[in-house]
Amino acid sequence: MAKVLEKQHPMPQQDAEVRITNFDEVALGYSEETAVAEAERCLGCKKKPCVSGCPVNIDIPEFIGKIKENDYIGAAQVIKQTNSLPAICGRVCPQENQCEKECVLSKKFESVGIGRLERFVSDYEAANSKVTEPPKALHPELAKYNVAVVGSGPAGLTVAGDLAKLGYSVTVFEALHKLGGVLRYGIPEFRLPRDILDREIEYVQSLGVKFVTDVIVGRTFRVMDLLERGFDAVFVGSGAGAPKFLGIEGENLGGVYSGNEWLTRINLMRANREDYSTPIKIPKRAIIIGAGNTAMDCCRTALRIGSEKVTIVYRRGREEMPARAEEIENAEHEGVEFKLLTNPKRFIGDEKGQVKAIECLRMELGEPDESGRRRPVTVKGSEFTIEADTVIVALGQNPNPLIRSTTDGLETQSWGGIITDSATGMTSIPGVFAGGDAVTGEATVISAMGAGKIAAVGIDRHIRKMHGLPEA
Amino acid sequence: MSNHPDGKTCNLANLTPDQLSNKVVGKRKLSDVLTLLEVHSPLIAASAKPGQFVMVWPGEKSERIPLTVSDLDPEAGTITIIFQEVGRGTLEMGKFEVGDSIPSLSGPLGKPTEIENYGTSVVIGGGVGTAIARPVAAGLKKAGNTLITIIGARERSLIILEEEMRAMSDETIITTDDGSYGRKGIVTEPLKELLDSRKIDFVVAIGPLPMMRAVAETTKPYGVKTIVSLDPIMIDGTGMCGGCRVTVGGKTMFTCVDGPDFDAHQVDWDELRARKAFYFEQEKVQREAFMAGGDE
Repeated sequence: MAKVLEKQHPMPQQDAEVRITNFDEVALGYSEETAVAEAERCLGCKKKPCVSGCPVNIDIPEFIGKIKENDYIGAAQVIKQTNSLPAICGRVCPQENQCEKECVLSKKFESVGIGRLERFVSDYEAANSKVTEPPKALHPELAKYNVAVVGSGPAGLTVAGDLAKLGYSVTVFEALHKLGGVLRYGIPEFRLPRDILDREIEYVQSLGVKFVTDVIVGRTFRVMDLLERGFDAVFVGSGAGAPKFLGIEGENLGGVYSGNEWLTRINLMRANREDYSTPIKIPKRAIIIGAGNTAMDCCRTALRIGSEKVTIVYRRGREEMPARAEEIENAEHEGVEFKLLTNPKRFIGDEKGQVKAIECLRMELGEPDESGRRRPVTVKGSEFTIEADTVIVALGQNPNPLIRSTTDGLETQSWGGIITDSATGMTSIPGVFAGGDAVTGEATVISAMGAGKIAAVGIDRHIRKMHGLPEA
Repeated sequence: MSNHPDGKTCNLANLTPDQLSNKVVGKRKLSDVLTLLEVHSPLIAASAKPGQFVMVWPGEKSERIPLTVSDLDPEAGTITIIFQEVGRGTLEMGKFEVGDSIPSLSGPLGKPTEIENYGTSVVIGGGVGTAIARPVAAGLKKAGNTLITIIGARERSLIILEEEMRAMSDETIITTDDGSYGRKGIVTEPLKELLDSRKIDFVVAIGPLPMMRAVAETTKPYGVKTIVSLDPIMIDGTGMCGGCRVTVGGKTMFTCVDGPDFDAHQVDWDELRARKAFYFEQEKVQREAFMAGGDE
């Protein structure tokens, strides 16, 4: 074999000046030639360290091997054995912290572009094959057992897909009028195009999963009703739907949004389009508080709907920003201004009760705190103001309280996360399982999918045990 | 109908299209701008209580809007919503006819009104708010309260549910701003007379923001517990976006999960008004576009 290339083949992208005027995908995907060349960088290690970094256990060297042989459909099939949502994972997984981090090449060079290859394969499959015949249920006799899944986000879709493949009858209940959960209302289409999301949901549907929208479990009926009225097990994947705020003066002025509200208006309700009636005001100057992936999405969305200036305000430093490096870089290239080591003190309103500025304090980095990041310390007397007509507070989410407040006996953490057995995903109530952000608080799509995979196995074992069936 | 007509006991693993249809089974125009829809929605009819609301989404390009449940019939599996056709969303809702299905209707949301025997209770409905006040009034009467109802509106055609309210009340007072029906004036005038003349234990006010605020200011000096049902801007209605936040007693509350009922004396009314007004211009454009262009 020739000498290994040191760097990943770069991902072709829309130019920053162009892309801030549209909602089309930023990353354009590898061509066939680039994909094969990138696949050639894979050493095909016997020990497959990359797989240990994948929450859904994709056989990575196997699918990359298929790419080397130009068998792209075969590669897609390898991925789909363990991952029902490859086109999504290939786009939004933080591979640099997972499979790619474990890649042997990463010790000396850049790792193999596993995520980029996954994306190539799933897009190739979508473009070049007729709808793939969904796999037949492994155990058709399991169809008489019903599993309810609460929430159609990444955790719910994964549980539903895995259990349907085994043979169970699965119904997913979604609170909103459209499917996908955070994949729909949270992640903007320039990172995850809607046709790709629709396609992945259709695939899960093709496995026999039934979807019911507009059902708010905890209100329309309770989790326990599901167990008492037709279901053998319930999986709660209700996400982290309760936005955090700062709790400072003026936070409820007009023009102050949570990241969730801002993104939901645009991503779900399409408020930026003239023919859709959900309103939004195009900011002249927008400030986004926070530096996670949601904050980056808010910034980049604000630019695309026409904001003149978009500024991130973050109380820690560059190294501490929790967003993916790629997203921070994208935001920077698109013209987002970063005011780091800056902490909001209060929001200032005009005579009509609408926000017009925020007052901030400068910070310095002190000793590391419990998260291992250096703790920001206020610089006394350093107050200054930044003008803004829109402020978006993107500090993360807590789990939505609807389920825990309506499910007797469901044990939760003090901050609201549902407590589960990490090996099975089962909660304190037998037959009720949970996973994803409802358990961990706001995390990643792939960790929610990983939790969904664990719970699917846990649910299968539970139902088999309850009904005296042999272990799979 | 399925073999499980009752939304309370039906098999949830086998819901039928009919049970999920949100089909309009009754429609009545209560005035030029007030519309009543009775919707087949057995799961919601089985679980809704007075004071709770539903989120509706009239069509692909529409806004999601909250509408309070005005009446329900768990046996028939229907809920009744009454709305004033003022914004684009309610104008779109007004286009549905018997037999149509509403694309999305979910709930019940929010906390039910806390109903108990307070003694003598006054229920005040302003305009379309009377539709929301009705089940609360009925609940209070059933709980043993002496019930006085005040129905107020700008003019006679906007007075709704008068007969129903009279039938359940020990006393009913009507006011119109222009004097076209009942007493001329606003609801706080008879309310103040009541507070001055007898012991009032509990007041509920549901209607436009200025009216609820005026009621709060009227009852405050008397120290009478007063509840209002707030309707700020909402998107999901499930606590996810925080758009509906309101300051009550110095604390931030989400109307959709912590309300919609709040202690009227603790609400920061200026803040609520400012938040509600934020999209005023855009709402006007949407309404005008709808009026001019029809459905698109």
